[in-house]
Amino acid sequence: MKYSALKILWEGLTGNKGWAPVWREPDPKPEYDVIIIGGGGHGLATAYYLAKEFGVANVAVLEKGWIGGGNVGRNTTIIRSNYLLEGNQPFYELSLKLWEGLEQDLNYNAMISQRGILNLIHSDAQRDAFARRANGMRLSGADSELLDTAGIRKMCPFLDFENARFPIQGALWQPRGGTVRHDAVAWGYARGADARGVDIIQNCEVTGFQIENGTCTGVETSRGAIRARKVAVCVAGSSGRVMAQAGMRLPIESHVLQAFVSEGLKPVIPGVITFGAGHFYVSQSDKGGLVFGGDIDGYNTYAQRGGLPVVEDVCEGGMAIMPMIGRARLLRMWGGVMDMSMDGSPFIDKTHIDGLYFNGGWCYGGFKATPASGYCYAHLIARDQPHEVATQFRLDRFARGAMIDEKGQGAQPNLH
Amino acid sequence: MIIHHPLLGPRDAAEFVYKGDVTLIDRPDWQAEDAAEAFHDYLYLRDNPAGEHRELWFHEQGDRSWLVVTRNTLTHEITKVELARDVARERGRSR
Ligand SMILES: Cc1cc2nc3c(=O)[nH]c(=O)nc-3n(C[C@H](O)[C@H](O)[C@H](O)COP(=O)(O)OP(=O)(O)OC[C@H]3O[C@@H](n4cnc5c(N)ncnc54)[C@H](O)[C@@H]3O)c2cc1C
Repeated sequence: MKYSALKILWEGLTGNKGWAPVWREPDPKPEYDVIIIGGGGHGLATAYYLAKEFGVANVAVLEKGWIGGGNVGRNTTIIRSNYLLEGNQPFYELSLKLWEGLEQDLNYNAMISQRGILNLIHSDAQRDAFARRANGMRLSGADSELLDTAGIRKMCPFLDFENARFPIQGALWQPRGGTVRHDAVAWGYARGADARGVDIIQNCEVTGFQIENGTCTGVETSRGAIRARKVAVCVAGSSGRVMAQAGMRLPIESHVLQAFVSEGLKPVIPGVITFGAGHFYVSQSDKGGLVFGGDIDGYNTYAQRGGLPVVEDVCEGGMAIMPMIGRARLLRMWGGVMDMSMDGSPFIDKTHIDGLYFNGGWCYGGFKATPASGYCYAHLIARDQPHEVATQFRLDRFARGAMIDEKGQGAQPNLH
Repeated sequence: MIIHHPLLGPRDAAEFVYKGDVTLIDRPDWQAEDAAEAFHDYLYLRDNPAGEHRELWFHEQGDRSWLVVTRNTLTHEITKVELARDVARERGRSR
């Protein structure tokens, strides 16, 4: 079924009785060319691009719960390509370009809204760092601007410019950054993949790998064994748990990140705003809720909930840059388990086991990466060669001393 | 979370800084044949279990001691707290 304005009008007039489910609920076949483990944004995007761009459609996506129930449905939906390092920036810029064409490509409304992202500057050193970053962004063709306070005041007069401790001195501004409706991304990719023949199998937990003589030949699942020529893991926060079943230890720790939504308000915040002196970021959803977050809780966890000290810290950050937020009441808060890597950057790589591929380590920033991650992972799986913008996302980069450490924090996942 | 400090009693986890897996106590021998590989594993690879986890916490806003906390990563329940010094000594280290 192709969606169109006419179809919506027609259904509206006839009681919305003509909508059909947008993906099938197939039983697993005994064998596939490719099995993707994890029906989050990245897994579904990988399946979609495998079928659409690389001609591999005999694919199953195995999801232990329901698709979109993981981090793809829990994040704060920010997209941007304001990275510095050459290992990262071209990848995230490809992702932003794919976002820009995604709704037409999928024939699905993902509510992509490029309202811009503003990273506030509070010190001279930070201005220098952001000037360098702005230049780095331009090297890959991304857009970036340095704003002075007059420029920011035009957009966001409500900020606390004269804050005694952290006065606002400027900002890095990426007009093409913004937000996307996260659930729609999962559903849009699922619909597109299903239409091209991919089996999306929910309530199917992978419990082990079949590995014969160093080659992965399939998986054990809660719905029986399934054979495959290639098995691609894509389970975000569960990476450690799943790869342990293949006997692998990863340069990853699982941590929880919390997010918050206020009651619905009239439009008050134009785009995405981030605090440069603490950790706080905020945008406003189409329903009017202020969507915001800050630091991870900072200790290993697989529980999808965090603690109150971080809630306090996030709210203090909010009050420090926009005191008006203190009048809004909090509606909901939740947590998601993230795959924090040792240098804050991801992996899209083969493993030492033939036919077993790994995608993970996305930290708190993998939502924006969804289209490019899917595209590059599909490229790797289909051709056994990394895509040109994803050549540095290797598992062996620590052994080679080739970390991609945007923040220069070293091998301490809770600092990235 | 409340951490029952062996010397100071119940303390709010917010007073501590989290370091990570307790294996960070076992620094490899830099003169060993396989030192490069051992340091790679030591620095970068983690078991990252779902369930019981032994981990290092530093009481930065307290007595500045290092603790080994045994905590469940699925429930956040803490079942044991030891001084890291004692754990290191048990493993044959001088301090
Ligand atoms: C609170 C929060 C805010 C965030 N904000 C942003 C943001 O603003 N911008 C941004 O770019 N990123 C953000 N992120 C990060 C982003 O959400 C993640 O990096 C990204 O969603 C991870 O990829 P995914 O969508 O494939 O993960 P998921 O949706 O978590 O998919 C993984 C799937 O694997 C499944 N799975 C696990 N184990 C198994 C198994 N054994 N068998 C079968 N299936 C299994 C899980 O059920 C899950 O559905 C945020 C994350 C959180 C938690």
